[in-house]
Amino acid sequence: MKVSVQREDFDAGAEIRALAQDPKVGAVASFVGVVREVPMTLEHYAGMTEREIGKIVEQAKSRWRVMDCTVIHRYGELKPTDQIVMVAVASAHRGDAFAACEFVMDYLKTRAPFWKKEQTAEGARWVEARASDDLAADRWTEKPGSRRLG
Amino acid sequence: MKVRLLFFAGLREQLGSAGEEIELPAGVTTLAGIREHLRSRGGNYEKVFSGKALVRMALNQEMAPPAAPVRPGDEVAFFPPVTGG
Repeated sequence: MKVSVQREDFDAGAEIRALAQDPKVGAVASFVGVVREVPMTLEHYAGMTEREIGKIVEQAKSRWRVMDCTVIHRYGELKPTDQIVMVAVASAHRGDAFAACEFVMDYLKTRAPFWKKEQTAEGARWVEARASDDLAADRWTEKPGSRRLG
Repeated sequence: MKVRLLFFAGLREQLGSAGEEIELPAGVTTLAGIREHLRSRGGNYEKVFSGKALVRMALNQEMAPPAAPVRPGDEVAFFPPVTGG
């Protein structure tokens, strides 16, 4: 398991290859978040961030057959097309890898203490939390058989 | 008792402070109590902690409810809802 909160960019391909070294791994599902349109500064709560992400990864391991997992989240100044976040999950089969990857990402968005400040043409503004992110995270605690978001 | 306060993001900017060591008045023993104590300072503290804007709280780097008790030396953080990812 690897959790890194860093200023520097990362090599998503190298991270995915690193997760596929174990011959028992049959699937690596990954997500990369990228800055869209507006430059931004990302602030975080050093210490708590790593702990929260670690807890999310542990929850994913308790729910799905996760063989390995990498989470990288950047902070500092980022510009459009820059990579912000990467989650990659290795498992024997794709079902567990896809589900765990999406779960980690949804929980990260609503629980890890990061804050985005966008540098718009009108000036800097803090991004407000979105209700849709809470809904995306909440669906993992709904009862089996209940509705999934489209 | 003495605790360490931390403020993040929009809260930090509104208060003009990233945090402080504070000696709590007698009787202030919970996160809600600290929040009310800060609000009573007036000015920007009143604005931030008056209850209109959402303020999240963490105790020793774990999310915690308003009723959570604090102990000497604790790290108490206040911040807006998170927007990472």
